[in-house]
Amino acid sequence: MKLADISIFKSPANFMINRGCRGPRVGESWVGGEAVGGVRLRGFGWRHAGRRAWAVRGVDLRVERGERVLLLGPSGAGKSTLLAALAGLLPEDSGEQEGTIEVDGLAPHEARDRVGIVFQDPQAQLVMARSGDDVAFGLENRGVPAGEIWPRVDEALSRVGFPYHRDRPTAALSGGEQQRLALAGVLALRPGLLLLDEPTANLDPAGATLVRAAVARAVDTDTTLIVVEHRVAEALPLVDRVVVLEPGGGVRADGPPEAVFAADGDALAAEGVWVPGRDVPPRRAGGPAGEVLLTADRLGQPPRLAATDLTVRAGEALAVLGPNGAGKSTLALLLGGLLKPGTGRLVASPELAGADARTPPHRWRAPALAGRVGSVFQDPEHQFVTSTVFDELALGLRRTGASETMVRDRVDPLLQRLRLTRLAAANPYTLSGGEARRLSVATALATAPRLLICDEPTFGQDRRTWRELVDLFAELRDAGHGLVTVTHDAEFVAAMADRTLTLDRTLALDRPPAPNAPAGPPVAGAATAAPAGTAPAATMGRSVEHR
Amino acid sequence: MITLEPLAHPDAPLARRNPVAKLAAALLFAVPLMATLDPVAPAIAIAVELAVLPLFGLHPRELVRRAWPLLAAAGGVLVTLVLFAADRSGRLLLDAGPVVVTSGVLITALGMVLRLFAVALPGVIVFATTDPTDLADALVQNAKAPARFAIGALAAFRLVPLLGQEWQMIAMARRARGVEAGRNPVARLRLFVSTAFTLLVGAIRRGTRLAVAMDARGFDAGVPRTFARRQRFGPADWLLVFGAIAVAGAALTVSVALGTFRPLIG
Repeated sequence: MKLADISIFKSPANFMINRGCRGPRVGESWVGGEAVGGVRLRGFGWRHAGRRAWAVRGVDLRVERGERVLLLGPSGAGKSTLLAALAGLLPEDSGEQEGTIEVDGLAPHEARDRVGIVFQDPQAQLVMARSGDDVAFGLENRGVPAGEIWPRVDEALSRVGFPYHRDRPTAALSGGEQQRLALAGVLALRPGLLLLDEPTANLDPAGATLVRAAVARAVDTDTTLIVVEHRVAEALPLVDRVVVLEPGGGVRADGPPEAVFAADGDALAAEGVWVPGRDVPPRRAGGPAGEVLLTADRLGQPPRLAATDLTVRAGEALAVLGPNGAGKSTLALLLGGLLKPGTGRLVASPELAGADARTPPHRWRAPALAGRVGSVFQDPEHQFVTSTVFDELALGLRRTGASETMVRDRVDPLLQRLRLTRLAAANPYTLSGGEARRLSVATALATAPRLLICDEPTFGQDRRTWRELVDLFAELRDAGHGLVTVTHDAEFVAAMADRTLTLDRTLALDRPPAPNAPAGPPVAGAATAAPAGTAPAATMGRSVEHR
Repeated sequence: MITLEPLAHPDAPLARRNPVAKLAAALLFAVPLMATLDPVAPAIAIAVELAVLPLFGLHPRELVRRAWPLLAAAGGVLVTLVLFAADRSGRLLLDAGPVVVTSGVLITALGMVLRLFAVALPGVIVFATTDPTDLADALVQNAKAPARFAIGALAAFRLVPLLGQEWQMIAMARRARGVEAGRNPVARLRLFVSTAFTLLVGAIRRGTRLAVAMDARGFDAGVPRTFARRQRFGPADWLLVFGAIAVAGAALTVSVALGTFRPLIG
């Protein structure tokens, strides 16, 4: 019997009672009059083709219809693989399966039309150029009659609180709006099982809040929800059950969040899970800031960054904050000497630049720049230029003419410090997210620059890598290096920022403040700076020096 | 900057025609013109193309903005022919050592340049007045192209502008690492290749993720797709197609009648 037949004949009750035009949902297949629905895993394991290790193994799990589950585990425990398996996105020929996995009593690839999944990267989920067309895409694929499509599109868009008309170009949306649109595209298909694979990891806090609110509003009581989310505290209001995967295989803990964290919280935190309520000790600067390294005078890059004043000092950690679109990454590129300023100027002190102090940093030769200012990009892979981890770290040194012995003496301790020694011969493109991030920071440090500029260095990192990065940055700062970090990460700011600079979104004028967003009226050319831990003072176009 | 959005006013009578009809008209208009080497038929064609611009809601300035690579190509054709043409017949116009310019050379070159414009402009006009989504829809609905191909290409197309931004980021990241080519051409080539490789790796990964996300929404479901946006192919669209054939035929007829017709083959 084909899936379509099952859909029609085996869920008459729901068809009548619930929504009239709705298809069957998770938990509604009937065999011999007895419900067998929901998610069932028995000894499930998956090994990707060509890999020695199992991505996930020995998982026994029952999730009933309407349950909301947060799936946790240290990085590498196989959370995303499990979601992909449930969504029927692991083709049989792409690996090896153990045990059984069922959605509504069906193999996942047969239950595809009952399952919806939202991924992390909004750019890799949107298909069409116009918002409404994108939501309609899934409905067209499933053969929904043309007359029903647009009412369902509008309904899905309103369920996620999409603030624009459906003709809005998808390219004109912010990350948070794109993720809400992706969610609408999945909800329009009325899945009984909704899977979320870190849907807010790429977003600023305001965007992430809106997406979570959209999930909370849009998911009704008989939709089963399974979420993988890094920031556990933020995801907890969405769920009533936590399942912890063991990296070696199996399920370590399963139950209500309070019970799981009371029993296993310490062990999970040590392994890198962001267990709520476990704060990290702050690592503020011991002494006063040192000499000035860079001075920005009305530095800007229209239309991306309004004119900004600031100074960067040695021995100080400066955090640059602000919503997506405020120009934080552009500021990082300008300070890193990688972009020609559109307005104003950037002056390097003799302390940083030596004889080059009179030349603006964007005109320095690349090797000289790399020896003075290290930049860590948001996407680590942009920075990799060689074919092994060791060569990545040796590159800058070899360019300055260092002997192989000197190279070893510098690189080996760095590898050790960032837990990369066992990967020295690996290709950088094969590293996991955390490893790639550690390597990209290490490459910027290998030439011992006085100033380090990082764009979202802690983004998407587990708690263990996060703490290692904070410790490393704090040590560098205390050794007299300057540190500028563009970040959305409130914990990072709380732990180690000595001073903050908040950029406002001034130039994206067509973007009305979204509902629930704590956004004041945009102030032209405004950049506010404040000592960490205090509310930013509104100062026009000035970065106030506070410590 | 690569612009993919249509430039034209969407309500212009010909811009509104079915994208497949516009594409077919452009092809059926341009291909016959390739049969002749003379300048007259392409000149008539260009005159017609410019005359219908307002019907497509397109300002000549916008056409120049889209078609400027053609101007560069035309310049290239002109220089190449003047320098290397085998046929040096006709009146001598300029004799500067190795460069011999005769009237025969100039007429051949003029014919080539006009042909280039006459054949390429219809395509430029069609793509400047057609929304990519509409084109994909029409290809699937009216030309029975496979949806997997047309919609897949459309989704990939949407990622193209991202590549430019990625390239800039990778180039800056390389500078931050202390890698720069300076004036050494070999180093420049190697840097270009390595930047392109990084770009390619990223593009393939993103494309793969997009393909998975599309399949997760049933793109590979195998049930017949329905169409949210209906594309119609009506009498006016047929008229456009046959009109294009008729005008191309007329241009060739005039060329034959004037005796300037020079067949490409023979």
